[in-house]
Amino acid sequence: MSEVLVSTDWVAQHGHDANVRVVEVDVDTTAYDQGHVPGAAGWNWTTELCDTLVRDIVPKPKLESLLGKSGIDNNTTIILYGDNNNWFAAWAFWQLKIYGHQDVRIMNGGRKKWVAEGRELSTEKPAFPAKTYTAKAADNSLRAFLPEVQKAVASKSHALVDVRGPQEFTGEILAPPGLPETCQRGGHIPGAKNIPWAKACNDDGTFKSVDELKALYSAQGITADKPVIAYCRIGERSSHTWFVLKHLLGFKDVQNYDGSWTEWGNLVGAAVEKP
Amino acid sequence: MRAEDYSRRQIELAGWPISIETYKLGDVYHCTIYNVDPGARFARADGSTKAEAEQSALEKAERYLKQTRRFPTST
Repeated sequence: MSEVLVSTDWVAQHGHDANVRVVEVDVDTTAYDQGHVPGAAGWNWTTELCDTLVRDIVPKPKLESLLGKSGIDNNTTIILYGDNNNWFAAWAFWQLKIYGHQDVRIMNGGRKKWVAEGRELSTEKPAFPAKTYTAKAADNSLRAFLPEVQKAVASKSHALVDVRGPQEFTGEILAPPGLPETCQRGGHIPGAKNIPWAKACNDDGTFKSVDELKALYSAQGITADKPVIAYCRIGERSSHTWFVLKHLLGFKDVQNYDGSWTEWGNLVGAAVEKP
Repeated sequence: MRAEDYSRRQIELAGWPISIETYKLGDVYHCTIYNVDPGARFARADGSTKAEAEQSALEKAERYLKQTRRFPTST
């Protein structure tokens, strides 16, 4: 197994090790309270993993504070997991890599696999001894901003991967069924390939094998020799694909465009391709 | 505690395929509704029985799904 993935068995055996901190990050921020891996911290992506004033990722001082109060220092092995096959666990992973955390891993299969296996769950919120965390300056090479995406579209310098579902890609729907619409136009960024994030996962929520993943992306012309920008609606599903391409397949140049469709699909005058 | 009476199944609701996941933790049944594509959880409810939790979650899910509009895909 890749060094950035751990199994549910591994977490059951090592989740309480002194140098390990397990953290749950869910799309549904109430999921943690319904039962979580014993000893796990719970992070709320809507308040703790972002800037709540400006649309941006978590600011460095806020991340340092969150990690410190979660009992995490620079040498801690952080194990992330969550619902929806680790959408926001991957979002947290991406931000932790932006700020230079060395040892962060994802529990393969996430919350779904842990619960389905009938493993121990706790509703207790653990308290952690505070630690001091010093983050590095943000590495924005892992992140694509709008001007870079516009330049990449114009020059065809990057492969664009739209990881949303086919109905979102074609513009038939503006958001996944049951979720609020958050854009003015449907469709996709011109030139993007549609490779839904879920194709990288097995039914039990685990990631497919490296060979299967290579075949999935190369079939659409996404290979390691060309820079890649992944996007979705708000950047969390694309952080999942970013994780696959960068850390499971080892692509050197992969960026997550976290502005994603809620930025592009609301821009006045931006080119949109349909279907 | 461990999740008991775990079940996961697919049905169609308001014209959309969904997954229903239900399990019991302690004395409470937790039900979560996911869209099949992209697999996001978008409604949930708790109850003292499986039927009660699922009915409540499905009512919420149907309300949300009815707000999902479809647009023509031709330009």
